[in-house]
Amino acid sequence: MARTADADFKTRLQALLPKLVLSPSLALVLVFVYGFIIFSVYLSFTDSRLLPSFGWVGWENYSKLWRLSHWEISLTNMGIFAALYITICTVLGLSLAIFLDQKVRAEGVIRTIYLYPMALSFIVTGTAWKWFLDPGIGLENVLQTWGWTTFEFDWIKNRDFAIYTVVLAAVWQTSGFVMAMFLAGLRGIDNEILKAAQMDGASNWNLYRRIIIPQLRPAFLSAFVILSHLAIKTFDLVIALTGGGPGRATELPATFMYSYTFSRNQMGIGAASATIMLMTIAAIMIPYLYAELREKK
Amino acid sequence: MRFYMKTTAIALALTAAAGSVKADGHGAVEVLHWWTSGGEAAALNVLKDDLEGQGVGWTDMPVAGGGGEQAMTVLRARVTAGNAPTAVQGLGFDIIDWANQGALANLNDVAAAEGWDDVVPVALQQFAKVNGAWVSAPVNVHSTNWVWANKAVLDANGISVPATWDDFAAALDTLAAAGVTPIAHGGQPWQEATVFDAVAMSTLGPDGYQAAFIDLDPEALASDAMKEAFDRMAVIRANVDENFSGRDWNLATAMVINGEAGFQMMGDWAKGEFLNAGQTPGEDFLCFRFPGTQEQVTFNADQFMMFDQGGSVSSEQAALASAILSPSFQSAFNVVKGSVPARTDVSDADFDACGKQGMADLSAAASSGNLFGSMAHGHANEASVKNAMYDVITAHFNGEYDSETAVEELVTAVELAQ
Amino acid sequence: MSAATQDTAIRTGRVTRTLIYLILLLFALFYMLPLYVMVVNSVKPLNEITGGGMMNLPQVFTLEPWAKAWSSAQIGVEPTGLQPYFWNSIKMVVPAVAISTILGALNGYVLTKWRFRGDTILFGLMLFACFIPFQIVLIPMARMLGLMGLAGTTWGLVLVHVVYGIGFTTLYFRNYYAVFPTELIRAAQIDGAGFFQIFWRILLPSSGPIAVVSIIWQFTNIWNDFLFGASFAGADSQPMTVALNNLVQSSTGVKEYNVHFAGAILAALPTLLVYIVAGRYFVRGLMAGSVKG
Repeated sequence: MARTADADFKTRLQALLPKLVLSPSLALVLVFVYGFIIFSVYLSFTDSRLLPSFGWVGWENYSKLWRLSHWEISLTNMGIFAALYITICTVLGLSLAIFLDQKVRAEGVIRTIYLYPMALSFIVTGTAWKWFLDPGIGLENVLQTWGWTTFEFDWIKNRDFAIYTVVLAAVWQTSGFVMAMFLAGLRGIDNEILKAAQMDGASNWNLYRRIIIPQLRPAFLSAFVILSHLAIKTFDLVIALTGGGPGRATELPATFMYSYTFSRNQMGIGAASATIMLMTIAAIMIPYLYAELREKK
Repeated sequence: MRFYMKTTAIALALTAAAGSVKADGHGAVEVLHWWTSGGEAAALNVLKDDLEGQGVGWTDMPVAGGGGEQAMTVLRARVTAGNAPTAVQGLGFDIIDWANQGALANLNDVAAAEGWDDVVPVALQQFAKVNGAWVSAPVNVHSTNWVWANKAVLDANGISVPATWDDFAAALDTLAAAGVTPIAHGGQPWQEATVFDAVAMSTLGPDGYQAAFIDLDPEALASDAMKEAFDRMAVIRANVDENFSGRDWNLATAMVINGEAGFQMMGDWAKGEFLNAGQTPGEDFLCFRFPGTQEQVTFNADQFMMFDQGGSVSSEQAALASAILSPSFQSAFNVVKGSVPARTDVSDADFDACGKQGMADLSAAASSGNLFGSMAHGHANEASVKNAMYDVITAHFNGEYDSETAVEELVTAVELAQ
Repeated sequence: MSAATQDTAIRTGRVTRTLIYLILLLFALFYMLPLYVMVVNSVKPLNEITGGGMMNLPQVFTLEPWAKAWSSAQIGVEPTGLQPYFWNSIKMVVPAVAISTILGALNGYVLTKWRFRGDTILFGLMLFACFIPFQIVLIPMARMLGLMGLAGTTWGLVLVHVVYGIGFTTLYFRNYYAVFPTELIRAAQIDGAGFFQIFWRILLPSSGPIAVVSIIWQFTNIWNDFLFGASFAGADSQPMTVALNNLVQSSTGVKEYNVHFAGAILAALPTLLVYIVAGRYFVRGLMAGSVKG
């Protein structure tokens, strides 16, 4: 085979092509994600209020931020919300997937029912939930008129419990999706291994605990990535369900950030809160992604 | 540094404006607003038809949500993109902020030709005329210190319109004893602030209100009268039903309409709900000023800011501004909206009893120096301070701390927001 | 453990099965609840709702709210209903989903079959990008769109959605292609097939399931997006969610809840349809792709 210059060029092009194909996406991400992050971090050190402005104020926004009780509330809420939301969605999703995997009838219908909440926008399902949870017109009222007069369910009106209603509605929206991911994982497991284990007398419980669930690891990764990203971005839900109330009891960092940046004309403080949030996300996600991605090599 | 940003923003706005004229053909206004519900939007349609009659097109850009907050976010994105709309609905301090950014057009020629200075109340001009330049066209004046009451409920319990706080407190006790929810309230920060507005005006008096909420005098903010105002809020809190938190204001109004509750403290837009339910003012429901604020009017006014489209005001903007201020539009729009005209020389013939009273109150308050911007609706201070006050008022109302702490928190919150 | 089917490894008894059905049914009810509230309230007159009985079945059945939401409700100054905005959404969603899915497929292909030094780091960078809170990108994004002349256009929105969707589509396709036998690729290479030929002839034909996953995910997110749609759309490109929000959020006007709920269901119909039609392929796609390392 005689190599001509032309063919040489082609091979080189072939070698470069993969990187060329990847580069537009990479460029977009670098500019529109990382560039904007840097911009936002920079803003957090400026006197920006209504619009970005570039008067340097050092750490002033950060010191103001930590004096706001409102910010602490939203951080605590984020902790409670993210922990509960991710755990419940995962456990519920996995359990429902296991149940649904038992050759049940009408699986298609049930699956669709579990999945559909993802399709709806919270702008209005939030209102439906709000009514349902409202003790005056919703569940409490219905059960009381049915004769269970001592029934009480007023979490949404209670400062200490309102955040859990946000968890409830959020779980409602995404647990079906997580279920689908686990269901897919279960369907991908080789039956032969299971049958062999059964021959050895393993019980159903042990089968799941020792063989099946460990094999679902990639599904756990995808679920975790998707759930944590949704948890961080939870915004519409709070606005529609509680508006951050009662008082400020269900404020989350995303709503805090939005309100300081856009409603309160304190863009500097908004940017400072965004920076802290990004740092926190990075501190949790980078080690996790690193561990997961490294192992696959 | 600030200057740099301003000029770039304007330069961007200018280039984009030049582009948009080409795109739209000649003579159209793009209007960003949040009046999207039936009555309001229909009323705005009157304006649109008026302009189209003059050959000026109307490009509608509605963005509802949060009493205009969503629209303000969009506005910021539009201005940053150099694509500012020609006219934007605005409230109070937002207008001043935008004017200070140098983003608004000067309407002085139109204003002089039509004599706005003489017919628009001075307290309102403060938000339409920045540094001597008219930058926006006021559409209406809402007043927020109204109490709405179910007449049948009051009659059945022998309650007459309360004139003082003590009368009012006694009326609340009577209603509570009769098993009626005394006050219909929706637990959202802005609603709590609306109530607080009236309570504070009544407790602190007009001078105290001015000092605390408009001048942000720390002494007035920390005064005993302020603590008293918070104490009265606690009395109100004790007289709302259990399910108040998160409730929309109009569902609270429905409680008064149905006779489940006696009173609601809310701005004049609540009237629309009563009328919509087929009720008549004076017969089925009553409107009166919050006890102790009979002389005063706390207001907020919707206006249309005109964004600079290249140095001078465009002919379309001038046409829009003059159509907004025309007495016929002012009357037609405000009859529907429940508010009162922004100019004091409009005939009240088409207004109902509450509307007539509102117009009379407004012109009396304007001439006696009793017209104040509403703290709860962004007409007393900038957005950061307003929201900081919301935080404290709503936390106190929801029982997070007592009145004494509330006063301390108020002082700190205002300091941090400035 | 008596009556069990032989073709599945897990055997369950009758009691267990009854219990399983019971639990599944219970959760089906839980998931259906808000839909019940929405549907029931969308077919009754407004006075029944404000009168209090929000959980009750309608006493008077009416479809008027639906007609109103679709074609005559006040969205802006004109009573157009949601109808025109529906098409705006379609014009935005279709190209955005298509472009982000194609880019995701290509990225996944490169990251698994044409590996080079540092590719995992690049993937990590793209994946971490999924976590950026959208609220902070609004202002700089507006500036960029303005500079590119895309402010207020459908293409501007398409760009935004592509940018913030690539991370997910790349994740899906990368995981899917990772288990695709590399030997096939090498064999094709030896036969002289080029980069795009391999992608086109070998990988793409078997990418159906994961494409469904990517399309469903992107379609749902983009269709339901409100923040970007509101901030970056122009007067003639506002998507459905913005219109729905305008319908639902009235600050000081009368709230027609029945129309709101009808509108909400109308706005969700396309995504619901996608879930119902493609639901089966969805699980299949997930099975083949994102959950298998």
